Amino acid sequence: MKPVPAAPRRRRKRLDLTPWLFLAPAIMFFLVYVVVPIGQSISISFLEWDGLGEKKWIGLQNYQDLLKDEAFYVSLKNNLIWLVLYLLAIPAGLFLALFLNQTVTGMRLYKSLFFFPFVISNVVVGLIFSWFYTPDFGLMPKIIGFFTGEEIAVLANESLATYGIVAAGLWPQIAYCMILYLTGLNSINPELVEAARLDDAKGFKMLWYVILPQLRPATFIALVVTVIGALRSFDLVAIMTVGGPWGSSRVLSYFMFEQSLSEYGTSMGYGAAIAVVLFAIMLVFITMFIVRMIIQERTA
Amino acid sequence: MFPTPIERTQPRTRFAYKVFLPIALILWLLPLLGVALTSVKPAADLDSGNYFGAPSRIAIENYWLVFKNSNIGYYFWNSIKVTVPSVLVSIGLSLLAGFALATYSFRSNLIIFFMIVAGNYVPYQILAIPVRDLPININLYDTTLGLALTHIAFQTGFCTLFMRNFIKALPNALIESARVEGVSEWRIFCYIVVPLVRPAIAALSVLIFTFVWNEYFWATIMSQSVDVRPVTAGINELSGEWKARWELISAASILTAAPPVLMFFLMQKHFIAGLALGATKG
Repeated sequence: MKPVPAAPRRRRKRLDLTPWLFLAPAIMFFLVYVVVPIGQSISISFLEWDGLGEKKWIGLQNYQDLLKDEAFYVSLKNNLIWLVLYLLAIPAGLFLALFLNQTVTGMRLYKSLFFFPFVISNVVVGLIFSWFYTPDFGLMPKIIGFFTGEEIAVLANESLATYGIVAAGLWPQIAYCMILYLTGLNSINPELVEAARLDDAKGFKMLWYVILPQLRPATFIALVVTVIGALRSFDLVAIMTVGGPWGSSRVLSYFMFEQSLSEYGTSMGYGAAIAVVLFAIMLVFITMFIVRMIIQERTA
Repeated sequence: MFPTPIERTQPRTRFAYKVFLPIALILWLLPLLGVALTSVKPAADLDSGNYFGAPSRIAIENYWLVFKNSNIGYYFWNSIKVTVPSVLVSIGLSLLAGFALATYSFRSNLIIFFMIVAGNYVPYQILAIPVRDLPININLYDTTLGLALTHIAFQTGFCTLFMRNFIKALPNALIESARVEGVSEWRIFCYIVVPLVRPAIAALSVLIFTFVWNEYFWATIMSQSVDVRPVTAGINELSGEWKARWELISAASILTAAPPVLMFFLMQKHFIAGLALGATKG
């Protein structure tokens, strides 16, 4: 008998090519809209370019200018404030989830209403909070006035504006973390909880030693979306203060927009350099997250 | 269950919980309730300093005025024109890609998968300059198609992550036995996989609808004219024009928020399934 290796080989070949056919359109989009633009942006960051005219290679000049730019440090500092305060969404979301993890009648409706802020566009959240903070019209100055005797316009105050915007951002973000934890709490092993109860574990001890370890997947996702959300923050700054007053509430993403994309922004090279810095910062976090996901995938 | 079910606690705790729950909800939604209330106040109420009290009458005409005094009707229609194709195409593409990543083992499988996941999390600003130039070069700048293509590109990433995980969790035996039978891959995809992933399609539809409808950054930089601008970019412009006419801004805000909210209430369960995988908005 002669061996017939041709058939199986052809079959394997067909299988080798098919996944690529299925992947092709998605990968095309990914290359054209993500991979290539990242490379292009990096190379633009070495140029002096107004977006239309001639491109001039200036090496690291944009980055050197950035290091001397006051606005850059303000943005960087604000990004840090965003990141740190945004992380509060995780414990706050957990707290809300624990509060709502009951089976009283109408609980489902309550949960969805608490989740509301996340479903609303950031633009609307920004407008709602702008109104909330406005002197005369808004509630917030009245509340502050009640306690301090002085009505403060949060968004018009250089040292408070960023905090005011972060507070607005926390509203939907807490809702998001809450829903992640509610889903997590649903899949907790009731036997473990009952066993711990028999051992007289309760309250905070129970939460820390029995519940939280089981909620780790939810905590991880909450961490990912919160860190990414904090560093990508753009909408609320654009809507609530347009970076002001006097640029005090800029973040890197908005600073980049001002330089390259807004009506008056024509410094493509400078903007690209800002974007590269933001990208580099985020890449650190993205890499950490992806490494963890890969480890999970391998062990699964 | 944790915390202890409220039925098992003392009557006093139970009572306190039931009283506090609605109060907490009202406090939580206070900014939104304020805007909703403002949106039905007659302008005269605000002029005379009635900011927090009950409206002197329900001024539904504010909503009518919003449509009459602005282009918001166009903006709504533009949002629909951008959102619906974005949802359909990104789900379609991710079905194909997710199927490939979930059912074939080839060497670069995981690399591609995690590249797509990572792409999902990059800041838009690192893409913005070249991506804005893309439609300029092919004469699609400031068109709904140009904007939709951008959304498709970014939403396909998350959709692929979702689909791949969903298909991977399906029982493998069905697909394997079909392959052994010699059924073509395309038919396996159409007749076995697609019917099984209907819940995933539903979940992604609501989620992507919400994300694209609510999106702001690309909406501002990729659109300029009245017949392209989506409602998120449009409403921000209007709020600048209307300055202190808060009754109009409020009404417009409520209108803009309404479609995703409705979607969410109709398909809650699906919506939440999508979030658990780590969708990031904006």
